[in-house]
Amino acid sequence: MEVGKAIITDRLTKTFGGFTAVDSISFSVDKGEIFGFLGANGAGKTTAMRMLCGLSKPTSGKGVVAGFDISRQSEKVKRNIGYMSQKFSLYEDLEVWENMRLFAGIYGMGDKEIIEKTDEVLNRLGFYEEKNTLVKDLPLGWKQKLAFSTAIFHEPKIVFLDEPTGGVDPVTRRQFWELIYQAADGGITVFVTTHYMDEAEYCNKVSIMVDGRIEALDTPLRLKQQFNTSTMNGVFQQLAQTASRNE
Amino acid sequence: MKQFLSFVRKEFKHIFRDKRTMLILLGMPIVQIILFGFAITTEVQNVRVAIVDPSKDISTQHIIDKINASKYFEVKRVINATNQIEKVFRHGEVDLAIVFEERFNENLNHTGKARIRLIADATDPNTAITEVNYATSIVAAVQQEMIGTNAVPIQIIPEVKMLYNPQMESAYSFVPGVMGLILMLICAMMTSISIVREKETGTMEVLLVSPMKPIYIILSKAMPYFVLSCVNLINILLLSVFVLGVPIAGSLVWLVVVSFMFIMVCLSLGLLISTIAKTQVAAMLMSGMVLMMPALLLSGMIYPVENMPAILEWISNIVPARWFISSVRKLMIQGLDVSYVLKEIAILTGMAIFLIVVSLKKFKVRLQ
Repeated sequence: MEVGKAIITDRLTKTFGGFTAVDSISFSVDKGEIFGFLGANGAGKTTAMRMLCGLSKPTSGKGVVAGFDISRQSEKVKRNIGYMSQKFSLYEDLEVWENMRLFAGIYGMGDKEIIEKTDEVLNRLGFYEEKNTLVKDLPLGWKQKLAFSTAIFHEPKIVFLDEPTGGVDPVTRRQFWELIYQAADGGITVFVTTHYMDEAEYCNKVSIMVDGRIEALDTPLRLKQQFNTSTMNGVFQQLAQTASRNE
Repeated sequence: MKQFLSFVRKEFKHIFRDKRTMLILLGMPIVQIILFGFAITTEVQNVRVAIVDPSKDISTQHIIDKINASKYFEVKRVINATNQIEKVFRHGEVDLAIVFEERFNENLNHTGKARIRLIADATDPNTAITEVNYATSIVAAVQQEMIGTNAVPIQIIPEVKMLYNPQMESAYSFVPGVMGLILMLICAMMTSISIVREKETGTMEVLLVSPMKPIYIILSKAMPYFVLSCVNLINILLLSVFVLGVPIAGSLVWLVVVSFMFIMVCLSLGLLISTIAKTQVAAMLMSGMVLMMPALLLSGMIYPVENMPAILEWISNIVPARWFISSVRKLMIQGLDVSYVLKEIAILTGMAIFLIVVSLKKFKVRLQ
């Protein structure tokens, strides 16, 4: 494995029957990078991400995540990543700290470590008073931030975020991205899918999937130059028009 | 192991925090047992009676009047031929038929003995027993009265015939039935709902991405419901022994073994449903239609399996509750030795193994 790479894929492919959901994608993500994974609905983002998380076995091709082969070492991959799903994914009927303890426990952290870390994380979020609040009583924006903090609680090497800011207001989205930057500064590689093109601008590197293939991969700045437009939205629109697949 | 424990703890919290569900889960068996238990001692009133009286003499008329005068009975039909009795029962017109023998008064006065036949609809055995007991006591009262006026000792001999349920399945047969129903409800329905709920809320995805092994997820889901079932099992047994006075006639150990077997079957059924159902509502409907209805109707809990049409009897063979209820009846009520329930135990074990294998396989496929 190349030094300094968090994710490497080599002609990674997934077919369901005769349908090729992910068509031979090859890319790499540097450590500590914020990598935006873009594409219209049905372009194959979710399938690709599921393979990288060890939830789905590739049909062919190779993938290395956090130094482990996703086909043969999916258990080790799982140990080294964090994941936040598109649906809100904490337990509503558990208290804030109970959610953290649960997931930390699942990732094998010790009790003492968990207690210290919980206080530290909640303090940093300015959220200590809500430690014993049931999650269902929190506003959506807070839930989202909490879900992210829980996903990186066990200090994974890479965190996968599947449309983390869906349905959240712009102010909260901004705050959410500050958390993502903090995590990246702390050395965590962030792999994020999103529908918001302004969020794509925040990423260090962006890939755009069309019909199961990666059609563009570069920094937002260079992509805009390449497609001769002033916004990421422009880049995305030009590429999306080439899609033949229906949603 | 630590993973597993922190997960089990979470499952218990889900249940304890949901006070309403917990109340239902723990309260329902108690309420059901008590309701059923006291329902069987309820008085019967306005029992519809058919009379077959070929003698038509003063003694039979006297008895008929007494029956009619009682607040429990009401003579609805007077039938001429005995072969019509079956018909009025089938039409549900009467609950009890009283048949006098021919030359009733003559026999009574000459031989000192006369026969009276009581035919009851025993599809509801408890009511049938009560009806027959009341009728017999009225006849006995008449007999006492006559002895007072007659010089010769006389005896009216009642013969009882129970229609439709001649074995008179024990009045306590509902205890095994309720046990079967409750265990099925808690293990199968609640387990399937709790797994599907995580699919619905999206937390299942997060769990599957985590290093937690799927088998542990399933085990820890099943754990609290297993514990709850055991608590309910103990509650039901305590209530039936101490409140209803139903003895545990056979071996308690084997009773527990059979119950565990049945719990395993139910848990794996719940798991199987959870792999098919996509929403909690679907899971609930599936467990309701596929599990509860057969458990209620085809298990022998309400209607004796022996009296079912052949096709239904055949279908009832694949209803796990049928075998559980039958073995609990044998072990608990009839007090039979374990050698009489080996067949039931073997079938339940087979079902448990089959269902566990199938549902684990299905659960794995879903991960891919």
